[in-house]
Amino acid sequence: MAATETVEGYNFAYLDEHTKRMIRRAILKAIAIPGYQVPFGSREMPLPYGWGTGGIQVTAAVIGPDDVLKVIDQGSDDTTNAVNIRRFFARTTGVKTTERTLEATIIQTRHRIPETPLRDGQILVYQVPIPEMLRWLEPREAETRKMHALSEYGAMHVKLYEDIARHGYIAATYDYPVIVNERYLMRPSPIPKFDNPKMHMNPALQLFGAGREKRIYAVPPYTAVRSLDFEDHPFETQHWDHACELCGAADSFLDEVIMDDRGTRMFVCSDSEYCLSRREKQQPAVA
Amino acid sequence: MYIAVKGGEQAILNSWRLLAEKRRGDARHAELSLAQIREQLGLAVDRVMVEGSLYDPELAALAIKQAQGDLIEAVFLLRAYRTTLPRLGVSLPIDTGTMRLERRISAIYKDVPGGQVLGATYDYTQRLLDFQLAVANAGPPTAAQESVQSMPPAPRVTDIMGGEGLLAPETPTPGDPVPRDLTREPMEFPADRALRLQNLARGDEGFLLALGYSSQRGYGNTHPFAGEIRQGMVIVEVEPEELGFPVEIGEIEITECQMVNQFAGSASMLPQFTRGYGLTFGACERKAMAMALVDRSLRAEELGETVTAPAQMQEFVLYHSDNVEASGFVQHLKLPHYVDFQSELELVRKLRARHAAHATVSLSPSAGAEAA
Repeated sequence: MAATETVEGYNFAYLDEHTKRMIRRAILKAIAIPGYQVPFGSREMPLPYGWGTGGIQVTAAVIGPDDVLKVIDQGSDDTTNAVNIRRFFARTTGVKTTERTLEATIIQTRHRIPETPLRDGQILVYQVPIPEMLRWLEPREAETRKMHALSEYGAMHVKLYEDIARHGYIAATYDYPVIVNERYLMRPSPIPKFDNPKMHMNPALQLFGAGREKRIYAVPPYTAVRSLDFEDHPFETQHWDHACELCGAADSFLDEVIMDDRGTRMFVCSDSEYCLSRREKQQPAVA
Repeated sequence: MYIAVKGGEQAILNSWRLLAEKRRGDARHAELSLAQIREQLGLAVDRVMVEGSLYDPELAALAIKQAQGDLIEAVFLLRAYRTTLPRLGVSLPIDTGTMRLERRISAIYKDVPGGQVLGATYDYTQRLLDFQLAVANAGPPTAAQESVQSMPPAPRVTDIMGGEGLLAPETPTPGDPVPRDLTREPMEFPADRALRLQNLARGDEGFLLALGYSSQRGYGNTHPFAGEIRQGMVIVEVEPEELGFPVEIGEIEITECQMVNQFAGSASMLPQFTRGYGLTFGACERKAMAMALVDRSLRAEELGETVTAPAQMQEFVLYHSDNVEASGFVQHLKLPHYVDFQSELELVRKLRARHAAHATVSLSPSAGAEAA
């Protein structure tokens, strides 16, 4: 994709170099302590809080002129927020952008991990709204920090147990709690639990940025990420009775699309690039 | 046939153009100038400056124009600009005791040295719509001769009170450490008072107003009196290292409110009055008063009072006071959430299926034994 004209009067990737250095220090600390939330001096960004300011700051701190950037939201490159963030970086850095998961060196994402497996050297940047996995159980930050320091995660296990007692299974479908490197309880940003296994031993560096909450955390390459479960209630991902109706994939996360006012539904891949590349392979003539 | 959504980029560009047209409105009417906004919508400019944490009436007026008068959007614009500015230096603390007063009210003494000065206030306007203002070209109004332009500085009421020891003194923290900068470092709890006041000064007026009000209605009562409200111009000075003496760089308009609150005393402190403090750019009196109420409420812990009400809870107040953060996060719900929603759809269907199965089972008389 051709780079849009870059804006004048701003530093490369918008942030000044001192701020980038501060963020990189936080990232290094986060990598050194996998799953630990590092407070950082999150800046006010020209995009609204809750729309990816954390991910944008992380990307801005690690991006260089030779990088190739992909931005997705809900798995798709074409949702307006993904388009907007991609445009923001195209305008402030002039770097090459792409929709191809394999071509990208940095992928900024909201709510999904691409279906195409990531490789060594890639960086996956997650936009995080609420970084604290224990927040719904304990609203006070001072308390949750103590709980992490002491690995006191009993409350989370009790919550999962209560789900099983009430429903027969764990009623969490996204933002499903994980333990990173057998130490820190981590909130996987709201990705569907379908994507949780992809975080485990992933060759790519996974960085999480929460701008409003001013936290950065990380899963370094090849790090163990375990979804919480019980021996008699092992972790499971979602399954569909359908395959993607566009590309026929049976292994991808499917979005349900309402087709008309009589409730006719269709299931298609949420990862639009994965879907398209499969269709291109099946039908090389498709432009 | 379903085709994946494309064309987001074109939609965004079109939306920008549409917005520009909406902003301009009916082109038969004259376009607003920044000077008009700055001079005639001064209180809006003041609010945007204080919540935007940038004293620049011209830029605030621009932000208000660009945001079509949406003040929270204007605050956002100003903040996003402010964050790119270099830090050239830090000014010396301003001295509000030397303020060139435009308004000064004390509710705790009938008269005070320097006098009560009503100044320009909406307080006694009787709020009748003035249809004269609907007619243009009425000619500029003029204030009475004894207007406050030449008022000499007057001592702060709280300084006059201090003598008897009835009012808890406010002294810098030992060593007078440089206060932390909220716009550069993350908030940490427990937050000290300097950090709390910084947060409140940037905080949303509506939020602070509601919290202050809640403290008056019994959710953590602080028994407040408006010790003094003063508004006017103060001098800002910097002391460049190479010079070693302060240099005046200009004047800013501010509003200061010191609430005086009853304090019953504790094991280590005699009964005395304590203070809540509010300070804003410009003439944001409502905000300054609300801020002072909330500041005093937030001192509950330090004064050994039981924390029971929202206004006394540091994390509750300080994490939710910022309207740029709040507005962004509330409105992010507009962003697509189909992946999460898809996951929830599947779960709710599963739960409903289970309920339905249970209901069917319990109808058959032999089912009792199977219930676990």
